[in-house]
Amino acid sequence: MDQLILQFFNVEVMAKAWPLLLRGLGMTALLCLAVIPLGLLGGLLAALASTSQSRWLRWPTVALIDLFRALPPLVLLIFVYSGLPFTGLQLPPFLAVVIAFLLNNSAYYGEIIRAGLISVPAGQSEAARSTGLTQSQTLIHVVLPQALRNVLPDLISNSVEVVKMTSLASVVSLAELLYSADMARSVTYNASPITLAALIYLILLWPVVRLMSRFQRKIAI
Amino acid sequence: MSAWDRFAETFLNGEVLARYLPSILGGVWVTVELSLLIVVAGILLGTALACLRAYRIAPLSLLIVVFADVFRSLPPLVLILMGYFGLPNVGFTLSAFAVLFVILTLTLAAFTEEIVWAGITATPKGQWEAARSTGMGFSQTLVWVVLPQAVRMVIPPLTNRAIAITKMTALGSVIGVPDILNQATTAQSFSGNASPLLLASALYVLLFLPLVIASRRLEARFAWRT
Amino acid sequence: MSEMNATDRVGGTKPPTLQLSGLHKSFGTVEVLREIDLTVERGQMVFVLGRSGSGKSTMLRCCNRLEEPSAGSIFLEGQDICARGVDLDKIRRRIGMVFQSFNLYPHLDARRNVTLALRKVLKLGRDEADERATSALDRVGLANRADHYPGQLSGGQQQRVAIARAIALQPVVMLFDEPTSALDPELVGEVIAVMRELKDLHMTMLVVSHEMAFAREAADRVVFMADGRIVEDAPPEQFFTQPSEESTRAFLARYSA
Ligand SMILES: Nc1ncnc2c1ncn2[C@@H]1O[C@H](COP(=O)(O)OP(=O)(O)OP(=O)(O)O)[C@@H](O)[C@H]1O
Ligand SMILES: [Mg+2]
Repeated sequence: MDQLILQFFNVEVMAKAWPLLLRGLGMTALLCLAVIPLGLLGGLLAALASTSQSRWLRWPTVALIDLFRALPPLVLLIFVYSGLPFTGLQLPPFLAVVIAFLLNNSAYYGEIIRAGLISVPAGQSEAARSTGLTQSQTLIHVVLPQALRNVLPDLISNSVEVVKMTSLASVVSLAELLYSADMARSVTYNASPITLAALIYLILLWPVVRLMSRFQRKIAI
Repeated sequence: MSAWDRFAETFLNGEVLARYLPSILGGVWVTVELSLLIVVAGILLGTALACLRAYRIAPLSLLIVVFADVFRSLPPLVLILMGYFGLPNVGFTLSAFAVLFVILTLTLAAFTEEIVWAGITATPKGQWEAARSTGMGFSQTLVWVVLPQAVRMVIPPLTNRAIAITKMTALGSVIGVPDILNQATTAQSFSGNASPLLLASALYVLLFLPLVIASRRLEARFAWRT
Repeated sequence: MSEMNATDRVGGTKPPTLQLSGLHKSFGTVEVLREIDLTVERGQMVFVLGRSGSGKSTMLRCCNRLEEPSAGSIFLEGQDICARGVDLDKIRRRIGMVFQSFNLYPHLDARRNVTLALRKVLKLGRDEADERATSALDRVGLANRADHYPGQLSGGQQQRVAIARAIALQPVVMLFDEPTSALDPELVGEVIAVMRELKDLHMTMLVVSHEMAFAREAADRVVFMADGRIVEDAPPEQFFTQPSEESTRAFLARYSA
């Protein structure tokens, strides 16, 4: 038991690792700030293309979405980070992570937003068009707000997954929260820094996870 | 040498591929084996927890909720590193394979619990009443009447989640599980060539694309019904 | 079916099949049932009428303890089903219940809707359960629909399967909670026909329903509930032609109008 506490909950080690972890947390936050909005934007475009009237737009988009849903994000990341350099395109880790996650997230957010768009009854856009709104006005003012509201819980849940996914960046040596914690671990031969990182993730994400559970319960399946 | 030749040389190098194909195919087996084990164990455990929660024994339910919340909040890679590097120091050494299996199984179980529980609570009260009024007990009603309906309801989200988590077996490469990704990155660094990585990506697509497409079908079918 | 109520042919005076005495039920501070006394003799069909919210469903659901009575007692063939230590599941298999919304199991076909309790509760073998299910479904005229799922059946057919599910357990009493009020008018008849047949077989029944013509023709007694009390309890002829209570008269006037 003492061993366990010493190894996983060593306050002294945690205190020493704290500044490093804090910097890592900053990088994690930066990643999220880049990846979530970009992913949402990519997802919106993917959703619009995959529900478009033109099959020449629809089918390739759906194929791409499925492709990126089939690839594990880590594989995608390593491909972008250490595969692309062979073409002479050497990306800094941050950019590699952003690109890899953008591809992955656009697919996932895209599927969610697509479900939202489909959930809005056709009568809504018919009504809007009959009042003289243009197609894009109808989309922006009538359809999209309803679509996004209908899938808001899913969008938030997916964003939680994105935050968790940023920990993969540690694999390509981007100094985010988990990487910093693992550095501290290898220096101190003690797992407490990772416990500390886990606690930080927990404090950040648990409230959201709990809230979504209650919220989704009310909507029911 | 044309641009295409150079591209083929780095990404579709037959010689390199031939040399590392056996080890990468070995990785396929590891990935498939792990995925199957995780899906079976994770879904069974998660469903069992959701059923236990149905008995509404307050302390037990609280434990289950905390477990599910924690494993849904934490990045699996964090837990994997903790398990792999931390546990040996407290005299508890698990192989990388075992650590990956345990962590991902628990993660899938946590999500499954949440999803199946939602299905159980969404099953109409009348179903419970009808079964109980024929003299079936609580457990019998849960197993034979409510659970089959709950599971049917949640098959689409459950499938999506199971796919997402089995894809995480790729995280095993970080701690040295000889899965597809691990074999491919090893082959890449030995050969100085990107072909193994492209092959690995193709293999993942080959493995998971059918599942992704199947889940899309499933979703469409269930959407029809409601 | 014919031996269904023949549990005891010997012996002298038998206790009534179902007897509620001094029954109370409150939800929180709201008293929904007050001092209910009701006796259903063997082979009788008793109808319960009353305004919405008067407590009819609650009374019925107390009879197999889907609702827990707050006070009073309920006797099933003389046995107090609220006594400590009774095996509720054993009691419930002797009380059939039919719901307004059918509550068939949507994932099972008609036959397995009927056999589930036979297999799991009575622990019958597959063949014996199937046999009983077939005869129960035959009784409600649906033997040819045995492999249909509830979603493939009309409302009237679903309710008949629900009745088959209950009678297959050979209960000593059947409770009906508005069995026809979720049905389209043209489907009401087929369910009533089945209930009439049960009556001819001397099934003991407690029925909440607003099918006045059926009550008048088939009931042995009709009771009227208001504000959680039974205010009138009479044979149908007397009930419909010369009710003693003002509230009953008002209710009947509204319904016959
Ligand atoms: N679970 C419950 N919690 C609180 N109040 C309840 C509950 N069930 C029923 N009630 C209340 O008890 C009263 C009687 O309800 P009940 O369902 O027995 O009436 P009813 O005579 O069957 O009416 P209806 O003809 O509408 O079916 C109503 O006022 C109802 O609101
Ligand atoms: Mg009622």
